[in-house]
Amino acid sequence: MERHEYDVVVIGAGGAGLRAAIEARQQGKRTAIVCKSLFGKAHTVMAEGGAAAAMGNVNPNDNWMVHFRDTMRGGKFLNNWRMAELHAKEAPDRVWELEAWGALFDRTKDGKISQRNFGGHEYPRLAHVGDRTGLEMIRTLQQRVVALQQEDEKLHGDPEAYIKVFAECTITRLLKDGDAIAGAFGYWRETGDFIVFDAPAVVLATGGIGKSFVVTSNSWEYTGDGHALAMLAGANLINMEFIQFHPTGMVWPPSVRGILVTESVRGDGGVLRNSEGRRFMFDYIPDVFKDKYATTEEEADRWYDDQAGNRRPPELLPRDEVARAINSEVKAGRGSPQGGVFLDVSTRLPAAEIIRRLPSMHHQFKELADVDITKEPMQVGPTCHYVMGGVEVDADTGAASVPGLFAAGEVSGGMHGSNRLGGNSLSDLLVFGRRAGAGAAAYVDGLARRPAAAAGLVEEARAEALAPLERTGGENPYEVHHELQRTMNDLVGIIRKAEEISEALQVVEKLKERARHTASSGSRIYNPGWHLAIDLRNMLLVSEAVAKAALLREESRGGHTRDDYPGMSPEWRRKLLRVAVTPDESGVSVEERVQPSMRSDLISLFERGELEKYLTEEELAEYDAAVKES
Amino acid sequence: MGYKAKFRVWRGEGGEGRLEDFTVEVNEGEVVLDVIHRLQATQTPDLAVRWNCKAGKCGSCSMEINGKPRLGCMTRMSTFEEDETITVTPLRTFPVIKDLVTDVSFNYQKAREVPSFTPPADVKPGEYRMQQIDVERSQEFRKCIECYMCQNVCHVIRDHEENKPNFSGPRYLMRIAELDMHPYDVLDRKESAQEDHGLSYCNITKCCTEVCPEHIKITDNALIPMKERVVDRKYDPLVWLGSKIFKRQH
Repeated sequence: MERHEYDVVVIGAGGAGLRAAIEARQQGKRTAIVCKSLFGKAHTVMAEGGAAAAMGNVNPNDNWMVHFRDTMRGGKFLNNWRMAELHAKEAPDRVWELEAWGALFDRTKDGKISQRNFGGHEYPRLAHVGDRTGLEMIRTLQQRVVALQQEDEKLHGDPEAYIKVFAECTITRLLKDGDAIAGAFGYWRETGDFIVFDAPAVVLATGGIGKSFVVTSNSWEYTGDGHALAMLAGANLINMEFIQFHPTGMVWPPSVRGILVTESVRGDGGVLRNSEGRRFMFDYIPDVFKDKYATTEEEADRWYDDQAGNRRPPELLPRDEVARAINSEVKAGRGSPQGGVFLDVSTRLPAAEIIRRLPSMHHQFKELADVDITKEPMQVGPTCHYVMGGVEVDADTGAASVPGLFAAGEVSGGMHGSNRLGGNSLSDLLVFGRRAGAGAAAYVDGLARRPAAAAGLVEEARAEALAPLERTGGENPYEVHHELQRTMNDLVGIIRKAEEISEALQVVEKLKERARHTASSGSRIYNPGWHLAIDLRNMLLVSEAVAKAALLREESRGGHTRDDYPGMSPEWRRKLLRVAVTPDESGVSVEERVQPSMRSDLISLFERGELEKYLTEEELAEYDAAVKES
Repeated sequence: MGYKAKFRVWRGEGGEGRLEDFTVEVNEGEVVLDVIHRLQATQTPDLAVRWNCKAGKCGSCSMEINGKPRLGCMTRMSTFEEDETITVTPLRTFPVIKDLVTDVSFNYQKAREVPSFTPPADVKPGEYRMQQIDVERSQEFRKCIECYMCQNVCHVIRDHEENKPNFSGPRYLMRIAELDMHPYDVLDRKESAQEDHGLSYCNITKCCTEVCPEHIKITDNALIPMKERVVDRKYDPLVWLGSKIFKRQH
């Protein structure tokens, strides 16, 4: 069996994975990047709007404290505040660094990186390239990896001496030596041959879990691999009940239902209307945001030109608010013909300006839906977009509870609390990708001896992977997958209630049984049916984690809306739900943990009036003490 | 609404293969990739195809549809007649791994041969100042989603395996142009474009531009200007130097 030795193995080659790998290599570690797709195709390419970083290029009043406050507000104060702090402080450096690696962001008049408005961000903050910022980022990081390889070729005569990409290679198990990580096991998609990595540190950067839902903006890769690998290796997940349904996915034609329509459409002036032509978002401004958003169309429209003198249009409320509002309008019978609402930019900007600012949206609607967005409104509706929950990590190093295991980006949990602000994902990838790479490098430096995978683990992993190919006449993995997607979408979707979640859990139990009997015909060579059968284990574990946590949390907050518990509860804000795999690996269990109080200098950045909406009396007393002290 | 379409799909591995016929359901609004996925789910679970975003942003699902290089996710079924047989084959310029999946490592090899972005040593991150008008030329080329259809269609290598070592293809010649037009890149890339990457093989038939799903004007905006720069450089280095200095003053 093919076997390689590395210092750090990074699983996933999106923004977080590449940034982690670059960091590990820059710190002198031999680094492998293992990814399911070709190099440069990761889901990050689909990010459109931009990377949030308080550079203050467009509005000089912006700084890390404003960004920190916006992030905590967006996450409804459930965020890991240390992560939100590091993120707000370091994002500008990470964006500038990309520029030094060749990225070409759009510019301001004085030649700096331009920044655009986005939901939940007080000032224009998103560094962007039209509406293809994710592509720019992935290409820049990809080209940085190539630059390092060229450097290594000069120094060592081998471009892959210190950093090598294993593309179209899927990891199915992490290997351990006692409690600590010792490597990873996987297969080459191209040949079906197995591969083992011996490595003391593994960085998970596998992204999200959207493929457990039917209507999703996520690609096939988003099967929750990292979430499941982490749990199976003994690490914990947190915040799994919080899933972001992006308010604006395409709703027609059916085959593209769920594909994203960037929030930039609204940031640049696009408005949401129902079938009666009403800008309904004015009806959905929640109390906690009342003084920050315009109450009339006139004020909202003035804001685009004069942001200091006016409040923001309610179309730019955080994503969870907008998604719920659209859901309510459609349910009330005021939806568009194909079951969404109208998003219109055609009456708001000149055609040439739309094409300049939103080129890929113009292209996407023209090619896929035969709709010219410069002439008519789009139809949009909520789509499963992002999981806030993920591996519980140390904020500073990205370290999980299992020694040698690190996680960064969407697969990690905590940074975004119960709801992520648009634009905070790309910056999250950079900030915590770098930190996880550095954390892994430091961990390797501190080891007295290299761990070795316990005997038998590789053989077990091999047998597990081969099982679907060896069975004949079993379940069709595509059917099991489809039923899981329907179940999660319908029963643990944007609006939840106890009976439905319980029903979903029963279905998941049955699907787990069926997944154990899937059979994949064909050979081991590039066999998608086999690959899907293997991925089902991860999707089912993660779906169970989402549903069990969702059933426990009896409140509504951010990406978790309970019809039977519509209010937000300060007591629940103090609780984190932590998910682990059961000892026999057949399912997951959830336990409550206390959310640590915010550091006093950080909590002092808020007004008491705002905190009263979120915190318990006990926490408010801590706040009063902190303010008094300063 | 729905109808049964006739599909003819290339199937095979290890250098052997054949076209196989299928009859498969098609629904309103679907694209070719949807139909390939339906074949996987209902008739041929091991049919190999690359795909990711299904929104024309990642460039994974390049294939030849009725002989033309296309992204499967951006080719609507409504562009065909219902009784038409749709033939789907892998990219011809690259070796087939299995079914519609080809070995595109040639492209990664060529990518590594282009010297990376080289900024001046004394400009620190955060100090970059560029005008929008100066970054727009390179930005056009950075829209590239690396679907490799321009590489696939380029006649220099499409049926000429022997040219592959000396020719990087439109995608990477455009990458050189992109870097050459980057306001902060200090390397002189003109000679290398000609000598190492085979710019002179290109005789501007614009096949690459025609297939580009991002509608990048590869020939007009990257390859021809690059050829002109090479000529300028060869005949009049002062023109080149002047243009670099002028650009920097923005």
